[in-house]
Amino acid sequence: MKIDIILCGVGGMGALSSAAIISKAALGMGMFMKQAETHGMSQRGGDVQSHLRLSDKEISSDLIPEGECDLIISVEPMEALRYLPFLDKENGWVITNENPFINIPNYPEKEDILAEIKKLKNSIVFDADKIAIELGNFKGTNMVILGAASKYLKIDIEQLEKAITDTFARKGEAIVESNINSLRAGRAVADKL
Amino acid sequence: MEKLLLLGDEAIAQAAIDAGLSGIFAYPGTPSTEITEYIQASKEAKEKGIRSNWACNEKTAMEATLGMSYTGKRAMFSCKHVGINVAADPFMNSAITGVNGGVIYIAADDPSMHSSQDEQDSRYFADWAMIPVLEPSNQQEAYDMVHYGYELSEKFKTPVVLRVTTRLAHSRAAVNIRRNARKQNEIKLLDNPKQFILLPVNARRQYNELIAKQEGLENAAMNDGFNKYIDGKNKKIGIIACGLSFNYLMENYQEEACEYPILKISQYPMPVEMVNRLYEECDSVLILEEGQPVYENKILGLLNKGKKIMGRIDGTIPRVGELNPAIVGKALGLKVSEGLPIPAIVAPRPPKLCEGCPHADTYRALNEAIEPHGKGRVFGDIGCYTLGALPPFNGISTTVCMGASITMAKGASESGFLPAVAVIGDSTFTHSGMTGLLDCVNDNASVTIFILDNAITAMTGTQKSSATGRIEAICEGIGVDPDHIKVITPLKKFHAENVQTIKDEIAYQGVSVIIPRRECIVWANKKRKDAKKQ
Repeated sequence: MKIDIILCGVGGMGALSSAAIISKAALGMGMFMKQAETHGMSQRGGDVQSHLRLSDKEISSDLIPEGECDLIISVEPMEALRYLPFLDKENGWVITNENPFINIPNYPEKEDILAEIKKLKNSIVFDADKIAIELGNFKGTNMVILGAASKYLKIDIEQLEKAITDTFARKGEAIVESNINSLRAGRAVADKL
Repeated sequence: MEKLLLLGDEAIAQAAIDAGLSGIFAYPGTPSTEITEYIQASKEAKEKGIRSNWACNEKTAMEATLGMSYTGKRAMFSCKHVGINVAADPFMNSAITGVNGGVIYIAADDPSMHSSQDEQDSRYFADWAMIPVLEPSNQQEAYDMVHYGYELSEKFKTPVVLRVTTRLAHSRAAVNIRRNARKQNEIKLLDNPKQFILLPVNARRQYNELIAKQEGLENAAMNDGFNKYIDGKNKKIGIIACGLSFNYLMENYQEEACEYPILKISQYPMPVEMVNRLYEECDSVLILEEGQPVYENKILGLLNKGKKIMGRIDGTIPRVGELNPAIVGKALGLKVSEGLPIPAIVAPRPPKLCEGCPHADTYRALNEAIEPHGKGRVFGDIGCYTLGALPPFNGISTTVCMGASITMAKGASESGFLPAVAVIGDSTFTHSGMTGLLDCVNDNASVTIFILDNAITAMTGTQKSSATGRIEAICEGIGVDPDHIKVITPLKKFHAENVQTIKDEIAYQGVSVIIPRRECIVWANKKRKDAKKQ
């Protein structure tokens, strides 16, 4: 079993914390993993990405080979498109939030972005912010997105929930519960499709 | 055995703690910063009394490393590739002094220039200095090589370079660690008291000793296990895979074994005998180097009259930028998969100054004050404020190396180009701006120097700045007239006032320093969060 994931967004949006949750869950299942991240200059409002590779065998490259990514998980729709050269165009999935994060003057029209995503063979694009806000988890967009992506992760959602519990335990039970609820709500979106 | 999930940088740091480190000396720089940060945050390191405060710059850090080694203890130095330039003097000469306690210099190179102004390859520097290099291909090797590196260093009485690149530095994997593998060394001076005195009479002897060490170091590279000859049936191509490139090669052979012979290189000096075997047995050689074509050039030689050597020089591999699995696959003529093109509507999203950043207010005021004098008058430096070169500010005309803003403004002013303005951050100022300021004072140069004081080294992720609380005193001590050291608060409500102060100082014919002082917004938020946690 092998799964290659790109998690992406904009520096400061917390897009990469989902990577830590998935890694924790995968390690709990005894899998090998490698996770390459963006640090340094790009974190100042630029595009950020993480290549996360999980396998039951030893992994060679820290970078995912082009055209072999199984899953692009994005908290921002234009950022999801930036990594299409990595996507397995037949079997790969793109799971993304639909709301743009506009911090550049030449940001394209939202409709055009969504149209590009719709062209893909496999994608889920939805308003994850709305779901997070409805659940009172204002910073929970990434957990909602992760929930939707969990359908294609080949990792049991229970494992992800356990990883969330471990990660947020320090911050108290309410935060843990809120994030798990966000994860489940995201999963429900994917299951309904 | 204990298993931890670590970045390449963190694996190096944990290994150093486990291998009996007594101190790490460093200045922050991407992608090396997390090594020192890990040790600073480690409870274990604290209990063991391992020193880890940031140094003013790479030169002071490396000299202190050497000083700790002089007493017999194990020390580590860490920097990004361009930091080796700053530390070049102690770097070259510590090869000649050699060491007492084990010394590892970490050079974190940044091919593709993710966060750097060049992609220089530290293996050139090490080869020039005749210092052995370890170049791990993965996180586990990075960990193991620190343990091995200290043994090698103490055995041959030489500093050792551990070279990593961005991908390995910032990629996480599970690493088996050996906690408390070794105690710290006791203080014990060298038997030869002259080793560290590089008077010509000693230096000549030491230099000969350095040359004499090379054979033993090459034998170590051949026999100690990090370099491997993996035979293959098809001798059409022999592959030399250096450091991280070995992984990209193996990624292309997941299902079957590579048919070509491979020489995996992770330790230098390059074992010539192993290279020769590959060259003799194969029709051609493909060399994979993550960085510059250091060894491709050597194997080619000036005349290139031998067999076909493929790599970055002949264009089989792109001349610049980091490698990846597809580049390596294509070089071998393998079929590599392709994804979809990036849709044309996707716009670049370059980094920018944060919302609420004090530098933004400074640039707004400076731009307004300098506008009547025309373009091209502001010399920049290295830090977050370098982003002031981008729209909407377009506020600086140069960025070359740490400290160059002050001295370039000085040089420009001395050709009669007035006004000349420098913009430098607080940490960059104490890194290598102070000596330039002294030059300005001694020549009474007509320059206006902005020292942007946000109380932290921000670009690399908020490390403590050596300048905090000292800037005015330093400037006065260097000899700047106190009447021309002006502190302003970069906030919108003080904009008009700040513009006037800047105009006045620009008009002054002499050295003036303006200190826009307001805390980095990222740092302020981080502190607030940390306070909440407690």
